[in-house]
Amino acid sequence: MITETRYQDMYSKSRRAALAPGTDAPDFTLRSTPDQWLTLSEFRGEPVVLAFYPADWSPVCGDQMALYNEMLKEFQDLGAELIGISVDGAWCHAAFARDRKLHFPLLADFEPKGAVARQYGVYREKDGVSERALFVIDDEGKIHWSYVSPLGVNPGANGILTALEDLQNKKKGKQDDCRTKTYAA
Amino acid sequence: MIAGPKLTLPDDDRDHIQRSIDAPIALLEYGDYECPACGQTHPIVKAIQQQFGDDLCFAFRNFPLTNVHPHAEHAAEAAEAAGNQGNFWGMHDLLFENQDALQDEALAEYAAALGLDHIRLIREVLSGAYAGRVREDFKSGVRAGVNGTPTFFINGQRYDGARSLEPLLAAMKQRSGHYVIL
Repeated sequence: MITETRYQDMYSKSRRAALAPGTDAPDFTLRSTPDQWLTLSEFRGEPVVLAFYPADWSPVCGDQMALYNEMLKEFQDLGAELIGISVDGAWCHAAFARDRKLHFPLLADFEPKGAVARQYGVYREKDGVSERALFVIDDEGKIHWSYVSPLGVNPGANGILTALEDLQNKKKGKQDDCRTKTYAA
Repeated sequence: MIAGPKLTLPDDDRDHIQRSIDAPIALLEYGDYECPACGQTHPIVKAIQQQFGDDLCFAFRNFPLTNVHPHAEHAAEAAEAAGNQGNFWGMHDLLFENQDALQDEALAEYAAALGLDHIRLIREVLSGAYAGRVREDFKSGVRAGVNGTPTFFINGQRYDGARSLEPLLAAMKQRSGHYVIL
C-alpha cells in the first residue's frame, strides 16, 4: 500500500513556487481542441488571464470555470482574454466545455503531462495535477499578478478583476504621461 | 453599483430583506433558483429564520450561473418582477420549492397563483426589465468573494462551513458577538 508518507518520499518535498509578478510568462503551444492549437504569444498586445485548475468535471455549483464563464463580459470589458488549463486531454475538455457550455478555450497540458504547469511552477507532482493557480499576464507578456489557491478552494474572480483594472489604470497612466511629455515639449 | 461593506451586508435601500435591517444578526445569501444546493438550503434558511425571529435580518441577492442553469436568469428576473408588484418573497419561495419547473410558462403560473399580474410579470421577464438589477447582484457577489452558490455572509463575513442547520446556527451565534440567543 502506498501511504501518504511514501508519496512524500517518492516526490520532492520542496514545491517550486509559482512564477512571481514581473517574470516573463513562458510561452507555450497547447491543444485547444482535438485539432486546434493555441499559442500564448498570439495574445501579445492584450492582457491574458491564465487559469490553471486541477481537473474537469468538478461539481457544478461551486465550479471555478462555471463562474468565469459567467464573467466573460466583465473580462472582455477590461480587454482581457481568458484561458483555462488542466492536464485533461483535448477530448475530455471538449466534452466538459460542451456540457458546461463554456465559451472560452480550455487547453490540454496533457503531453508531456503538466509541462506548462511545471514551467509556471504550479504542478503538483504528488497528485499529478496542477494547482488551482491564476496568472494575469500583461499586454507585453509579463506576469502582472499571480495567485495560488488551496486546491479545494475556488478562488473566485475578484482578484482577477482587481488585477485587470490595475493594468488598465497603468495603461491609462502611461498614456497620460506621454501626453504630458508632448505638451511639455 | 454596490460597493464597500454593503457587498456583504444587507442594504435596505436596494435589497429584498425580511425583518428589520437593525436586527443584531444579518444573513445575506447569494443564490441561484435553479441550483440544487440552494434548493436544499432553502428550508434550512427558513428554520434559521424561525429560530432567530426578529433578531435576524435576512437578505437575498441573485447569483445565477446562466450557462449551467438555463432557467436561472428568468427565474431571478421573475422574483424581481414579483418584488416590483410587492411579493418578492412569495415568488422566491415558490421558485425554490419548484426548482424542476422554472420555464417561462411556470413562472407566469406562479405569478398568477400569488395573485399578481402575471401578464405584466412575464412581459417584464421577456423584455429583460430586471436583467440589469440581477447583473448588479451578480457583480457585487463576485466582488464580495462569492465563488459558487449558495454563499452566505453572516454579519458581513463569508461563511465557508457546512450548509446544514447546526453549523450555520453555531456560526451565527458565534459571530453575533456577545449577543446570546436561546
